[in-house]
Amino acid sequence: MTERLRRSTAWRAAGLFAACIALLVAVAALVAALSVLTGNDPFRALDALWRGSLGSRYAILSATLVRATPLILTGLAVTLAFTAGVMNIGAEGQLLAGGAAAATVDAIAGPAVGRLSVPLALLGGALAGAGWAFLPAWLRRRFGVLEVISTIMMNFVALYMVGYLVRGPLQEPLRIYPQSPAISESARLPIIVSGTRLHLGFFIALVCGAMLWWALRSTAAGFRVRLLGANPDAARSAGLIDVGRTAMRAFLLSGALAGLAGAIEVSGVTYSLYENLSPGYGYTAIAVALVGSLDPALTVGSGVLFGALEAGASAMQRDAGVPSVLATVVEASIILLLLGVAALRAPVKRWRRAFVMRRTADVVQRAGAEVP
Amino acid sequence: MIDPVAPFLDATVRTATPLALAALGETLVERSGTINIGLEGTIIAGAFGAVAVATAAGVPGAFAAAIAAGVLTAVLLALFIVELRSDAIVTGTAVTLLALGTTGLLYRAMFGTAGVALTIPTAGPVPIPLLSDIPVIGRAFFAQPVTTYVVYGTVPVLAWWLSHTHAGLALRAVGENPAAAATAGISPRRVRWWALCFGGALGGLSGGCLVVAQVGTFAEGMSAGRGFIAIAIVALGRWSPVGVAIASVLFGAASALQFVFQSLGWALPYQLFLALPYILTLLALASVAGRHAAPAALGRR
Repeated sequence: MTERLRRSTAWRAAGLFAACIALLVAVAALVAALSVLTGNDPFRALDALWRGSLGSRYAILSATLVRATPLILTGLAVTLAFTAGVMNIGAEGQLLAGGAAAATVDAIAGPAVGRLSVPLALLGGALAGAGWAFLPAWLRRRFGVLEVISTIMMNFVALYMVGYLVRGPLQEPLRIYPQSPAISESARLPIIVSGTRLHLGFFIALVCGAMLWWALRSTAAGFRVRLLGANPDAARSAGLIDVGRTAMRAFLLSGALAGLAGAIEVSGVTYSLYENLSPGYGYTAIAVALVGSLDPALTVGSGVLFGALEAGASAMQRDAGVPSVLATVVEASIILLLLGVAALRAPVKRWRRAFVMRRTADVVQRAGAEVP
Repeated sequence: MIDPVAPFLDATVRTATPLALAALGETLVERSGTINIGLEGTIIAGAFGAVAVATAAGVPGAFAAAIAAGVLTAVLLALFIVELRSDAIVTGTAVTLLALGTTGLLYRAMFGTAGVALTIPTAGPVPIPLLSDIPVIGRAFFAQPVTTYVVYGTVPVLAWWLSHTHAGLALRAVGENPAAAATAGISPRRVRWWALCFGGALGGLSGGCLVVAQVGTFAEGMSAGRGFIAIAIVALGRWSPVGVAIASVLFGAASALQFVFQSLGWALPYQLFLALPYILTLLALASVAGRHAAPAALGRR
């Protein structure tokens, strides 16, 4: 039994490695093809992509991992929600709410509380994200309102709320730019590798990933969430799970993760709140979670991959003149590719299961024939 | 001082037109029990289709290309969600990203970097005799580009089609209970293909309308969230064509208000007014009527 288990773990690791290589090759091929199609030199583009993302220690620490941090956290938010069968596509709005909360906490309490400002801002961000998810979650539980539609609404409301804040109560004192004043030094996340831009937020994202992995895998609450997502009807009729409450909690925690991403972005990267705080992290998060096949540990990895892609795309635009919007096309193609692979694998799985059952029936029959 | 009412009404109808086009198509899609979350991508594809051929093919050609580009995104979507049974939300997100990215890339490849002022033929306002002479509302409602009149025509036809034809009833049956519809000999697969393609055509036309009848040029990401707004409008309009038309006007009015404020020099936070229709939609969804208006199969996998 242990032998088989060990072998299957080795097989899984090998499969994972092969999948990573296949994904990287697919990304490189897509980038090269799109560069050629848009009249650019594919080798220069790939070179710039590599050097801007994974080519040097500095690129990895200052570009890729910094960019990956909000993607990991929002990716985890989507992973948790989708695992529970909650179609939360409001990570974007929840992230903005978290960013707004962090800026607000600093504006109100910043200098007074000193170093405490950082945990307060992060806590405020997580709470704001959960709060932003609360209305869709409650509407779903109480009235059965589709969260797909209500979270889209909340994304827009968040965008307009930030637009109002940075032109009204939170605008910088000179009142020229639509952004909040730079947050105080003591409210900034510490840099964890000196000489780079890598801040504590990345470490926090890793911790969140580990905790979610453990919680989904090894706790009763995690089991309830997985069961709910796998088969809500079974979860309901088994009677041991309060379906409404479990979905609600997963939804709120998902919002908290996205809100934390926003707070970390403000206190670790931008140091200020403005409308374009997120270049669509909340939407890319769906791709991140999907590539991570809704597994928190893999989602962390896919967050780093997407971080590398986006960081590399910026370098590609800067150094090779290839529009960085190319990254968006690559991301979309990866999603569609994976959806296609998953759809084509389903019949193979069904067929394999039928084969195993037939073989089992054979064995049983033979065994039956041998018994006198 | 200039009277602010007429420009306000004009801006309302102008803003509402592309929203209504996309939302009417989406109404049909959602009544068939599926959803095009990639509507944003459909609109930007339509806008790009229009600008790509406008100079060579003129205004009618631009509209045709817009429709074709919109249908193309819908076909991609239908391949995944109808044929491969992929998740509609994830697929729709991918289609939006794909269309936003591809149009951005192609636009740069075809017309050079942004900043080049592109001059394309545009569809100007066509005043309808007599009706456009009605005081106050006449010019706002009846001196608009042809796309606005397409909306006026589509609303009653769609409302009638949904409730008085076999095909319309079949579509609604698929949206409420696909299994029962299939038992009655209706193919949910085919119905959803047609619905998605029709939604794609109107979504594409919406993008074409932005380019040819309004802005007169293309910009990366110029759909600016209209696809998502249209999805909101469908919910606020309770999945009925007439309701959707009214909801579009409401969303149009909310964003037209900011022009009024600017012209009057009021320093009111117009973001609050922009957010208002979304909050209203949330309330409408939670209301007793809103809860039961959604097609039953919507959002089920």
